[in-house]
Amino acid sequence: MSSLPHRLELRGITKRFPGCLANDKVDLVLKPGEIHALLGENGAGKSTLVKIIYGVLHADAGQILWNGHDTRIPDPAGARRLGIGMVFQHFSLFDTLTVAENISLGLDQPGPMDALSVRIAEVSERYGLSLDPRRHVHNLSVGERQRVEIVRCLLQDPKLLIMDEPTSVLTPQEATRLFETLRRLAAEGCTILYISHKLEEIRALCDTATVLRGGRVVGSCDPRKETARSLAEMMIGTELSTPERLPQGEAGAPKLQVRHLSTTSDNPFATNLKDVSFEVRAGEILGIAGVAGNGQAELMAALSGEALVPDPASVAIEGRPAGHLGPRERRLLGLAFVPEERLGRGAVPELSLSENALLSGYAREPLVRSGLVHFGRARSYAERIIGAFNVVTHGHRAEARSLSGGNLQKFIIGREILQKPRLLVVGQPTWGVDAGAAAAIHRALIDLARSGAAVLVISQDLDELFVLSDRIAVLFHGHLSESRPTHHTSVEEIGLLMGGLFNHPPDEDEVDRAV
Amino acid sequence: MSAELALLGPILAAMLAAATPLLFAALGELVVEKSGVLNLGVEGMMLVGAVCGFAVAVQTGSSTLGFVAGAAAGAGMAALFGVLTLLLLANQVATGLALTLFGVGLSALIGQGFVGIPIADVPELYIPGLTDLPVIGKALFGQDALVYLALAAVPAVHWFLYATRKGLILRAVGENHAAAHALGYKVVRIRFLAVLFGGAMSGMAGAYLSLDYTPMWAEGISAGRGWIALALVVFATWKPGRVLLGAWLFGGVTIAQLHVQGLGIDIPSQLLSMLPYLATVIVLVVISRDVARIRLNAPASLGKVFHPDA
Repeated sequence: MSSLPHRLELRGITKRFPGCLANDKVDLVLKPGEIHALLGENGAGKSTLVKIIYGVLHADAGQILWNGHDTRIPDPAGARRLGIGMVFQHFSLFDTLTVAENISLGLDQPGPMDALSVRIAEVSERYGLSLDPRRHVHNLSVGERQRVEIVRCLLQDPKLLIMDEPTSVLTPQEATRLFETLRRLAAEGCTILYISHKLEEIRALCDTATVLRGGRVVGSCDPRKETARSLAEMMIGTELSTPERLPQGEAGAPKLQVRHLSTTSDNPFATNLKDVSFEVRAGEILGIAGVAGNGQAELMAALSGEALVPDPASVAIEGRPAGHLGPRERRLLGLAFVPEERLGRGAVPELSLSENALLSGYAREPLVRSGLVHFGRARSYAERIIGAFNVVTHGHRAEARSLSGGNLQKFIIGREILQKPRLLVVGQPTWGVDAGAAAAIHRALIDLARSGAAVLVISQDLDELFVLSDRIAVLFHGHLSESRPTHHTSVEEIGLLMGGLFNHPPDEDEVDRAV
Repeated sequence: MSAELALLGPILAAMLAAATPLLFAALGELVVEKSGVLNLGVEGMMLVGAVCGFAVAVQTGSSTLGFVAGAAAGAGMAALFGVLTLLLLANQVATGLALTLFGVGLSALIGQGFVGIPIADVPELYIPGLTDLPVIGKALFGQDALVYLALAAVPAVHWFLYATRKGLILRAVGENHAAAHALGYKVVRIRFLAVLFGGAMSGMAGAYLSLDYTPMWAEGISAGRGWIALALVVFATWKPGRVLLGAWLFGGVTIAQLHVQGLGIDIPSQLLSMLPYLATVIVLVVISRDVARIRLNAPASLGKVFHPDA
């Protein structure tokens, strides 16, 4: 192996953005046929580095050697010509185009569409990635969309495949299948650069790991010889405090009851809810798992009041029918919620933190007096959130968009929790949030439930749901499975449910018990 | 031959002619919107195209040069729009509205010396045999070349968008500009070219009005057709074939109401003149109720500002 030149070598790569040094003299060596993990918290510079390798960004300084030769990568097309393929975290797919059209867009010499369709079928067959080239992308599941991206890369016979957080949207079974494909590719000599913050995955899959922190390489290791904890501590640079599971208290009175909730939507890309029933009691955390696009967005909207439901009784807050009420009325009944999208739904990017604190805080904090905003109180409320949740910012005047994802999420969750809600609904609480902030958010949610509130967490991250929830249910194609106590189930069982292996509709019994 | 049947030929011919400027402008705007840009300046580009085409035709005596000048003037206006929205990242809606206001004023200024000057009509085609066919011969086979050019543009635009790789790339840019950029496509360049094409087509539409449809220059000669063309694109859910149907609908109602006025029926002529616009808007509203169809065909990035670094 040592006689072969390195597939890719980076020397002293530096990239500066206004106000931050994204990459600081980064060195990286990738050998042929290895699966190399790139580890780091959000903002550690992983994305910037792979964008430089793929030609989307250009380094300010440093040298790139491809197969031992000094190379300049001007743009993604240039990277593809060298044999570099990339599967993006947020898929670069076009919803209204077909699979074949999407793949054709990523190739430099796609040839006629019919011949391309045949090649797609061949490659997807060979690597066990079944795909129909004629289907439109908006009809595909998230796992299938990822296959489109991977097949697109494979058609170019890549020598280096970059995978950016590939499993964050997959069921555990789909992830296992992906790993088989990646191992087969590596065995054929393709190098894989694997970016993830799922440490167990990296330990199972990768041969080498390089850890980035604050734009610098802080270490490299053989992940198979490390523990998830030691890897995490390398990433964040301090000791990790994981929330301990306290024994569950007695679940109290139901705070949120959902009965036979069905939705219809004008949006052809939406997944309608079909006869969904569940309840959340005081003092417990119910987790709802599922791959994105199975009705999570619709459930969030129906619970928050963004979408009204035809039958008011199908959503009841503290026993009172609320299906016909808007978000403001529901907040006044005691509901607080944290939507999935931080910027644009959870916070207004251009407004300051104190103004953002006001946006939902008006319901339960005395921030508004006879129609006029009490800015002094809004400011002190924002400062209380910043203090209590350890939000890193230069003060309450900072614009929401200036905060990193983890800090803004801590601020938004803090804004809701400090209002002492009796019922909190959270979507993807730690999506794209680094390990330290995630632990703080988990602790806050658990503390809220232990203080007697009911908490509903809708998340695609199974590890998170197993840490947080007392019970877990699964959403699939708009149907909700029965919930299971977390300590009586396993990741495998929930994974099967996420693939749709449950009988719907749920038993009438459970619904009756809920009434 | 009965008198009614004898009327059919001229009515059909007039309808095709009335639909022609709409076809040019709407097909141009369709390509622009498919690339993800909303240019509300169609009316302004039409007017500038109309006056420049007319002026050049008067000076040179060549209507062909007039059409070339009209298209070039429309593209020039579009280039201004492109620089402002695509390079300087100005808001597309506001810039488009400003472009129309600018076009109204600029065309009136250029056209000051040309009001009331007569100009020779564009010659009509004569195809032996076909043009002599009874009733429809003159309507279908005896129009001037521009009418056929506009009709040919419908399948041509459709073919470009749905059968060529460049068309696929253009649709991809309009669907998801961030993803197209990540794949290495030059989003701004592609959009700029689409905007130029849309401007040239609007300019052609304007030149058709001043050189052929009503061979003269008058301020505000486009009379809101640019706005109808914009509405047509949505009404047609961004499909060229449906643009053709919409243009015919507008053209048909335009001619029908003229004939009703001619028959001396006791309805105020102002009301009748509103009809083509009203009919097109009503159909638009009815069609737009099918939200699913709109969402499947509407370019998802329409009107969104693209930052290459974001």
